Amino acid sequence: MAEHSNKLIHAFGALAELGQEITNKNNFQETIRTSLHLISGALGIMRGSVARYSRFGHELNMLAVRGLGDDFPLSLSLCSEDERQFLTNGLNPIEIAHAKALPFFQVYDASFERRNLQLFLPLVVRDEIVGALFLGEKATGEAYTSYEKEIICAMGQHIGVAISQRNLMAEIERHAEQNRKMFDDMRSTYHDTVKAFAAAIDCKDKYTEGHSVRVGRFSEIIASELGWGGDEVEGAAVAGYLHDVGKLTVERKIINAPYRINAKESAELNKHPSVGFEILQPIHHPFTDVPLAAKYHHERLDGRGYPDGLFDREIPFIAKIVNLADSFDAMTTDRPYKARRPAKDVIDDLQRNAGKQFAPELVTSFLGGMLKELSGENRDKRFRRLLGREYMEAEGIAEKLRYTLNEMAPTTPMTYVAAAASVGEFQIH
Amino acid sequence: MITTSTTLGESSESVSDRSVIFADNYLNKLSGEKIEHECRRRIETGCRELELNFANTEIVNSIGISILLGVIDTASNKGARVVFSEVNDETVELFEMLGLTNHVVIE
Ligand SMILES: [Fe+2]
Ligand SMILES: [Fe+2]
Repeated sequence: MAEHSNKLIHAFGALAELGQEITNKNNFQETIRTSLHLISGALGIMRGSVARYSRFGHELNMLAVRGLGDDFPLSLSLCSEDERQFLTNGLNPIEIAHAKALPFFQVYDASFERRNLQLFLPLVVRDEIVGALFLGEKATGEAYTSYEKEIICAMGQHIGVAISQRNLMAEIERHAEQNRKMFDDMRSTYHDTVKAFAAAIDCKDKYTEGHSVRVGRFSEIIASELGWGGDEVEGAAVAGYLHDVGKLTVERKIINAPYRINAKESAELNKHPSVGFEILQPIHHPFTDVPLAAKYHHERLDGRGYPDGLFDREIPFIAKIVNLADSFDAMTTDRPYKARRPAKDVIDDLQRNAGKQFAPELVTSFLGGMLKELSGENRDKRFRRLLGREYMEAEGIAEKLRYTLNEMAPTTPMTYVAAAASVGEFQIH
Repeated sequence: MITTSTTLGESSESVSDRSVIFADNYLNKLSGEKIEHECRRRIETGCRELELNFANTEIVNSIGISILLGVIDTASNKGARVVFSEVNDETVELFEMLGLTNHVVIE
C-alpha cells in the first residue's frame, strides 16, 4: 500500500511538472520531448512516442520518439474507419494486443510487436483527433493498472491541448498571412484601376500626354519629402493620378484646343474639379482624401483660384500638394501654344509664387528633393525619369536650387544676408 | 589504466573496459539527454560495462528516470551491463518501485 501511494506521489509530481511545462510557452518541440520524458519517467515506461495528427494527410507524424529504433515508421496513416473508431473511443488508452480488428493495428502490427508497444492513446481534443501516444512495456514488466491508465489519460490530455493550441496558433498565423496577401492584392488592384483611370484621362488630352501620371509622381515626391509614411505617400500619388478625372466629361475639342480658349470654353473647362469630386466622392479611398484633392487642386493660397476661391487655411493640404505638382508639370511640359520653360525659370516661378499660389513649405520640400537628386544624396532618379536627363542636368541648376532654398528658409539671419549679398540685391523687407 | 575526460561538465573516467559517468544533477533537466548520448557513445565504442555514479545526485525526477531508462535500453540492445553506484536510499526505493532495478545492478 505504501508503495502504491509512493507511486501516486511520484506520478502526480510528473503530472504537475507537465502542466507547468505546457503553460511555460517554451519551444513546442521541446515541450513535447519533455512531455514524453515525463510520462515515461512517471510510470517507468521503457519506450514510446508522441505523434501529431495531420487532418489533411490523415497521418500520425512523430514529434518525439524514445527507444523505438531506426526502423520504426515516423509517419503512420489512418483510414476513415480508424479515424471514426478513435473518435468514438475518445481520449482513452487502447490495449494494442486487443485492438487487432482495426485496420491501423493490422497495418502496423509488425512494427508495434517488434518494439513491444502496449498502449495506444488517441489524443482527442474537442471531438478532434490531434495526435496520439504510443507506449511500450513498463520496466517492471507488469501490465498497466487502471490507475496508471488514468494518469496516462490526464497527461495525454495536457499534451493534446498543447498540440491543439499549437495547431490553432499556426492556423491564426496562416489566416493573418492570407489576409495580408489579400490586402496586397486588393491594394494592387486599386492601384491598377487608378492608373487605368489616369491613362484614360490623359488619352483625352493629346498635348498633355502622361500629365496625370506625372502629377501623381510629383505629388508622391512632395509627400515623401515631407517625411510622410508609406501609405500616405501612396495616397498622395493616387490623388495626383486622379486630380483631373473631371476632364473626362469636358469636350475633347476644348481640352485639345491648340489656342487660348475663350471665356465660355474656359467656364466649361473650369467645371472639371467639381465634376471630379462628384465622380470620386462615392469611392472609398483608403489613404487620403482623393475627392477633395480633385475638387481643390486649382485653388490658390491668395484666394484667386477656383472653383470656390478658398484661402490658404481653407484649402486641404493634399490639394495644395497636387496643385504644386500640377503647376510644375504644366511649366515643364511642352504645350501647343507654349514650349516648356527651362528649369531655372521654373524654380524662380515657384519661389515667386510661394505664399501666393503655393504653400511655401511644399515648394521648399519639393525643391529640396530635386537638390538631393542632383547632389547624389538621393539616387532614385525620380526627377530625371520624369523630366529627362538633359533638362535636369542643365548647367547651374544645383547652384540655383541651393541659393533659392537658402533664401526661402534661411537657417540664420546671417545666411540670409550672405545669400542676398552674393547676388548684389540686399534688401530688408 | 585510468583516463579522465570532462566532455559534459560532469566528470567521467574510464577504468579498463568499465566506463564511469557521474550523473550529478543533470538528470533533472532536458539537458540530461547529453548523459544518455554520452552513455550511448561509450557503449557503441565497445564499452561493456557502464557505471553511473550518483554520489552527487540528490533527487532523480521523472525526466531523470526516463533518461536512465533510455540508457538501460541502449545497453541491453548492445549486450552491455549497467551498474548504478552510490545511490541514496530514497532513490533506490524509487528505482525499485519503477522497475529500473530489474535491469541494473546497484552497487
Ligand atoms: Fe486640373
Ligand atoms: Fe491637371
